[in-house]
Amino acid sequence: MKVELRAIHKYFGNNHADNDITLTIPSGTIQGILGENGAGKSTLMKILSGFIHADAGEILLDDKPVTISSPADAIRHGIGMLHQDPLDFPSMSVLDNFMLGHPEGLFPNRSVVTREFKNLAQRLEFSIDPDSYVDSLTVGERQQLEILRLLWLGARVLILDEPTTGISASQKEKLFLTLINKLAVQGMTIIFVSHKLEDVEILSDSIAVFRQGKVVGEAKRPFNTDQLVEMMFGKNISPGPRQAMSQEKSVLWLDGVSIEDVRLRIQNVNLEIRAGEVIGLAGLEGSGQGAFLRACSGLMRPVAGYVKLNDRDVTGKSYHVFKRHGVEFLPAARLEEGLVPGLTLAEHFLLAEKQNGVFIDRERGRNLAEERIKSFNIKGRPVSPIESLSGGNQQRALLSLLRDPLSLVLIEHPTRGLDIESVIHIWSKLKERCKQGAAIVFISSDLEEILQYSDRVLVFFSGKLSQPLDASKTTVEQLGQLIGGKGWAS
Amino acid sequence: MKAMITKNSRWVNFGFQIAALLLALLFTTLILVAAGAPPLEAYKNIIIGSVGSFKKFSDVLVSWVPLLLVSAGLLVTFAAGLWNIGVEGQITLGAIGTTWALRELQDTSLPPSLIIFLAIIAGMAGGALWAMLAGALKTFGGVNEIFGGLGLNFVATALTIYLIFGPWKRPGVASMSGTVPFDAALHLSLFPGLRLSPWALVIAIVAIVFVFFLLQGTYFGLRLKAVGKNLRAAYLLGVPTWQYIMLSCLICGALAGVAGAMQVTAVYYRLIPAISSGYGYLGLMVAMLVNYQAIWAAPVALFFAALNIGSIQLPIVLKLDSSLSGVLQGMLVLFVLIVEGIRQRLSKRS
Repeated sequence: MKVELRAIHKYFGNNHADNDITLTIPSGTIQGILGENGAGKSTLMKILSGFIHADAGEILLDDKPVTISSPADAIRHGIGMLHQDPLDFPSMSVLDNFMLGHPEGLFPNRSVVTREFKNLAQRLEFSIDPDSYVDSLTVGERQQLEILRLLWLGARVLILDEPTTGISASQKEKLFLTLINKLAVQGMTIIFVSHKLEDVEILSDSIAVFRQGKVVGEAKRPFNTDQLVEMMFGKNISPGPRQAMSQEKSVLWLDGVSIEDVRLRIQNVNLEIRAGEVIGLAGLEGSGQGAFLRACSGLMRPVAGYVKLNDRDVTGKSYHVFKRHGVEFLPAARLEEGLVPGLTLAEHFLLAEKQNGVFIDRERGRNLAEERIKSFNIKGRPVSPIESLSGGNQQRALLSLLRDPLSLVLIEHPTRGLDIESVIHIWSKLKERCKQGAAIVFISSDLEEILQYSDRVLVFFSGKLSQPLDASKTTVEQLGQLIGGKGWAS
Repeated sequence: MKAMITKNSRWVNFGFQIAALLLALLFTTLILVAAGAPPLEAYKNIIIGSVGSFKKFSDVLVSWVPLLLVSAGLLVTFAAGLWNIGVEGQITLGAIGTTWALRELQDTSLPPSLIIFLAIIAGMAGGALWAMLAGALKTFGGVNEIFGGLGLNFVATALTIYLIFGPWKRPGVASMSGTVPFDAALHLSLFPGLRLSPWALVIAIVAIVFVFFLLQGTYFGLRLKAVGKNLRAAYLLGVPTWQYIMLSCLICGALAGVAGAMQVTAVYYRLIPAISSGYGYLGLMVAMLVNYQAIWAAPVALFFAALNIGSIQLPIVLKLDSSLSGVLQGMLVLFVLIVEGIRQRLSKRS
């Protein structure tokens, strides 16, 4: 189906999120939508899929103007959207999820639907058991389920919003093969939204680059990478040079530590984390790196062994004891665990800073906020509620809450979902902390990020933990093999 | 154009609130008409019954005192994200604590004013204990505070009945009219000729001012709000979360306990079965209606108290049940919430 957008405008308050977007996507092609966070990509896709309404402009499907008033309406017109986080019901079976949203029949015929599910899955070479429960699936499989569901509902346009953020490299490869070889060739129109240049380049037939709510350029295969980067950011940027490995004193010392989680156990970890170093934790999601990070912060109590922080035994102490000794944990779920929706930026600084006296000094909060907004380049004001900031700015705000003095920062996915400019900015701020003597341990699913910024790398594979690898002597391929379970001495 | 909207938004909000009030009145009127009662006559009686005379208005203030105390306490637990339904039981336990202290001390040689003071402290302790029980059930037992509080309300009622008909029964025959009234020396002094105690009035006003500053101006209030809005993030930001939840229970329970103590020392002078008089549930409505902002709690509680007192006339004059005030109060809360929902939808769309 041919999709045409004409002069779309959308305002959020004073923010002109989409400014006069005109885009034509021919049937059976893969259209890449590239741009940094907050460029207006997701807003446009939400308009196309009926989640929000444009303030002005027209949508044409196969040259006929249509009004799309809801997601259900969109799917009736043949537009299906695959969201960044799969919109499914984890505690229900695959088949129940599959049938949800189907408009007809009070009493669905399960055997017929099962057969149709299996046919469809076979056609796309997906292997998902319709009777299993969604919470037992990987994120990649949940995406596959969502694709199957949208196709079954009659989608002829498939919108994928940042689909590669949460999935592994092999799952990504599989997804791309499906999109190119199974769907596009059958006339399915695919709109692929991402801030990852590499992914968009591999997949797309043509690319539209968004910046600050406008389409700043379009390109067709073959693509010129430098030109795309320049369109995205208006300038060329590259990460700074890496630093030499430090030989400082030990900050955190794990002595024979064992950690148990509902699903896995990590046994007998011995590790010394030194001041000023960066340790990257690699592994498929849920391989034990999350539990490890929580054990380093006191959020999880080890079942055996000792944890020493600056030569003090803190085994079994709470996170607040760790925090008092300069440990900070920054969670991946920013709005769910890290920040307090409903409170302003200034109030966050008041909460995080050392508090003098009983009464709040609002003036001090505002000054603090203004100072941090400036030095962390946060787009927001002291009185902005934290949830009104974009994802990248929330992450910067989270980092700006770190207190002094710091000895250890533990971060889950410091730059997930952020654009290159934010990534570089965030890492430059983190590296500053290292220079001041803090150690950083972080989890990332981006192997290049791990190799780029770490001094040492630990790989996790189903609760097993590799020896620390020297990041400067390790390649992405080596890491990928270890993550996938190859090359482990049993 | 955008700037104009933000400038006018306060007036727009105010307009929505007025609309909610009018809708609540309209629906109550419809109910009155359906019941075959003259609506205007009913409203007139409510107004005359509440502010028709100085004495009537002082009765409104008598009812305002416990309502304001309870609402002030509930603002604290709401800030911590708790639905403290158990506040009814906390008032009751406050009354029981006060009655207990008065009974224990009435025959001693302590000066009466000291006895009353100690009795009020005992009431605070009783309310706080009951609230912290609900809080402990939540933090250590994983029992939702709504269920825990509701259960404790029943226990508190049962305990009151047990005391009135058991250990604290009147000599001779126990009765629903309560325990033996205390000696006049142990009553809080009243304004001459009125049923209103200046002491009670001052305590209630101090309580709401205290809560206002606690929530607006202190680190404690800010941290409490952080706990209420996002428990996990508050913990990671260094707030000792369960301690704050327990502290908020303690404050709310203590204030509810004072309300119970006022009922004993300034209104009934004894323990009666329905000592909490529904002020807990009414306080929940006030807290919801003011959208958890302490500054509005005083006028709204006054309005609710006026409705309560005004409707006392209705059965006598119009043969209507006095629960009409409850209908109007409930309607008001519902419509304010509905209108607020509509306003948010509209502002999102524009």
